[in-house]
Amino acid sequence: MVSFTSQRLAVALAVALTVSIVAFLLLHLSGDLATAIAGPEATATQIAEIRHQFGLDRPLALQYLDWLWRALHFDFGNSFYYRDSVTSLLAVRMPVTMTLGAVSLTLSLVIAVPLGVLAAVYSGTIIDRLALGFCVLGQAVPAFCLGLGLIIVFAVQLRWLPVSGTASWKNYLLPSFALAWYAVPAVMRLSRNGMLEVLSSDYIRTARAKGLRPSVVILKHALRNAIIPVVALAAVQFGFMLGGSIVIEAVFNMQGLGYLAWEAIARNDFPVVQAVVLILALIYVALTFLADVANAFLDPRIRLA
Amino acid sequence: MTSATSTGIDVTADALPDVALAPPRQPSGILWRSLSHGGLVVGGILLLAIVALALAAPLIAPHDPYNQDLARRLIPPVWQVKGSWEHILGTDKLGRDYLSRLMYGARISLMIGTLTVLISGTIGTVIGVCAGYFGGRVDAVLSYVVTTRLALPVVLVALASAALVGSSLHGVIVVLGLLLWDRFAVVTRSATQQIARTDYVDAARAIGCSTLRILLSEILPNILNALIVVATLEMAHAILLEAALSFLGLGVQPPLPSWGLMISEGKQYMFFSPWVIGIPAAALVALVLAINLVGDGLRDVTAPENRG
Amino acid sequence: MALLEIDNLAVDIPLSDGPLHAVNGVSFSLERGETLAIVGESGSGKSMTSLALMNLLPKQARRRADRLVFDGADLMEAPEARMRALRGNRMAMIFQEPMTSLNPSYTIGNQLIEALRCHRTTGLAAARGRAVQLLEKVGITAATRRLNQYPHQLSGGLRQRVMIAMALMCGPDLIIADEPTTALDVTIQAQILHLLADLKKEFGMAMILISHDLGVVARVADKVAVMYAGRVVESGAARPLFKHPRHPYTRGLLNCIPAPGRTAPGTPLGAIPGQLPTLIGPQHGCAFRDRCAFAAPECAGDVPFVTTGPEHHVRCVRVDALEAAA
Repeated sequence: MVSFTSQRLAVALAVALTVSIVAFLLLHLSGDLATAIAGPEATATQIAEIRHQFGLDRPLALQYLDWLWRALHFDFGNSFYYRDSVTSLLAVRMPVTMTLGAVSLTLSLVIAVPLGVLAAVYSGTIIDRLALGFCVLGQAVPAFCLGLGLIIVFAVQLRWLPVSGTASWKNYLLPSFALAWYAVPAVMRLSRNGMLEVLSSDYIRTARAKGLRPSVVILKHALRNAIIPVVALAAVQFGFMLGGSIVIEAVFNMQGLGYLAWEAIARNDFPVVQAVVLILALIYVALTFLADVANAFLDPRIRLA
Repeated sequence: MTSATSTGIDVTADALPDVALAPPRQPSGILWRSLSHGGLVVGGILLLAIVALALAAPLIAPHDPYNQDLARRLIPPVWQVKGSWEHILGTDKLGRDYLSRLMYGARISLMIGTLTVLISGTIGTVIGVCAGYFGGRVDAVLSYVVTTRLALPVVLVALASAALVGSSLHGVIVVLGLLLWDRFAVVTRSATQQIARTDYVDAARAIGCSTLRILLSEILPNILNALIVVATLEMAHAILLEAALSFLGLGVQPPLPSWGLMISEGKQYMFFSPWVIGIPAAALVALVLAINLVGDGLRDVTAPENRG
Repeated sequence: MALLEIDNLAVDIPLSDGPLHAVNGVSFSLERGETLAIVGESGSGKSMTSLALMNLLPKQARRRADRLVFDGADLMEAPEARMRALRGNRMAMIFQEPMTSLNPSYTIGNQLIEALRCHRTTGLAAARGRAVQLLEKVGITAATRRLNQYPHQLSGGLRQRVMIAMALMCGPDLIIADEPTTALDVTIQAQILHLLADLKKEFGMAMILISHDLGVVARVADKVAVMYAGRVVESGAARPLFKHPRHPYTRGLLNCIPAPGRTAPGTPLGAIPGQLPTLIGPQHGCAFRDRCAFAAPECAGDVPFVTTGPEHHVRCVRVDALEAAA
């Protein structure tokens, strides 16, 4: 287990480094950064000045190392637009996105796993078909459309929940549901398939032959084994949700990381965009690493190898 | 004499969806299975209908989708009180006919879906086949590249890239094509690994076939099944992503009738005229649903062990 | 009163080309403490018979019987709750694949204790005690330590012993062992069989031992039922049956086994040519007739049981012809 973990950690760190390079290079795609910052009316002198001011005249590798070094100290420079440190901007918006992500993940697991288990246990019956149909439909509805639809139904027509913003816990319900929508089909299918495979295994036959109640067979014996890959998938889906939150935050007007990034892109506020891309990618790398470890830990055959 | 059955818990097996390859099957078998697969038939018909409408748009669209008529703004669809048959699906905030825009929007979505998949499919297949066939260090490096790509938040990177490259129809296609190849790579790698181990590939190598020849004539035809299934699913993915990008203002630019753009333009009217966003949303759902049904159906029909 | 009485048991699996008659009119009885061996090749229906008894058949299978009685209680009409109360408690089953028959995510102890506590109100400590006791009984050393181990930490032979211990946790009246040694090494096979024989003597339970290997069965069985294509073709007390087999199939099976000391080196071993007939669709006449050296036109008709000795029944219309030829 230890060697497995350290191996995975090494890979994760390598990926993290590569991702940081990509995030850095991303912003230099557009050609001359100095011109973009200076604006369309700038003179050549002004542009040169800006270039020097932001250290854009140094070799690229040096700029990258400098940026990386500062990033490791949580210094992402200042936002062009807000004139405030990027770090403080992130710090304010992060909790919103994290809360949204956490609630969405919980919601998606609470919906998808039982659905998948039911579909497996009643495989071939109408329950299974309905669950799969729900899945297929779910994958076809874009999250932002669902978000808008939810607003119309629950906020406008029924007036049960607020339309937008992040004032209270009620504000998180509709967006979380819309965001959870991303993950439900994948998690449900994995749960269903995992359960189906496990239910046909020999140790389930043994459990039934011992006279155990069906609920015990399914929940204690089957689920425990079927859930292992789902844990890993859930971690990965959380990563996707954080990335996809940009759309939901835009629809529901929530001041989170995604919304910040969206505004920053529109305003060519490069330091902010760089920082957000890096943070989200690093979180994703961390999550996949944790998912691998969890995967190994939950299976006694690997844990005690 | 009585009969009894065991409890409701089903103990029959159903394989996990790992990529598996279909053994060579008779064409007639596939055709028959396709026609009896409900999802595939429904999806196929729906998809063909949408494609037909899109292709025929210049001929049968009732109005010019770009023609603004501010005197006729926000007319509701024909089934509502103030609707009229002249604009069956109503008009948008600039008086443009919604039905026409919808049909032209289909052209955009389909074009984006197809071209993106062509680009990402090529990139992903090359990476996947090389990783699967050559194995060893090549595989390690390429898998690493795929892992790195997976770590990037796609929506964000797509947005940023689109903004930098310039938001436009072609910009979106290029950006998405360069980003969405991961699933192709993973699936083709897996499929190639399975084929590369077979006897007939060994035989081809033994008689001195060049690597390129083997890749093109032995490997590629046999991974085609899996490739087509992934292509349909990624097409749906690309269409949804473009809709999201356009909705956020960084994809296709006005006045093009992208469905995502139509939704974002209609957002401010959604409280009083929900159909302004409802209609393009329904079109999106219909197209993506049709493509997904076809993709799932193809997978079920060519390799039922992948079901789920 | 016999412990187990089965009369005309049938199991059908509906397929697209017609019903597959996996078990076709099987009857036998079992007294307390008796060991019945069900012998036959793959596809003969022996496993299905035992699954039908416990009502653990796959979802699509359908079973019928004129009589299926365990300790005086009817099993055909028994509701599922009643069957659950019997399974693991009064009748226990040991399966063929010890490597995969235990849940890899729970300790041995957990699974043993669960077998007991789902039928008794025994406390945890007492249940642990019994688990240790039984593990020692089946020949596992350092039993207390083993309780906390996971299945993958034990060898195949040890896992099968654990399965046996698990079957014994509630002190059942009947143990059904479905090919308990097939997946094990030959040396381990002998050990497990000895274990089963000893346990039987000590606990006095009845046993149904299912196997395709006559050698395995010979030492342990009191009675034997030979199955072919879903039917019992010969049944009777073990010793007389092995000494004097009447059915051509049984004879064929025994001919396949080299006898140490008697079979000369270089003697070709007997083999039964041909394959199992299809079990799908209506079944007429003797199922073995296509492979039988003694087949005659009347074999295609009705083939009832012929009693050739006390308790010895043979399903063959050519028994007398066989006797003459032998």
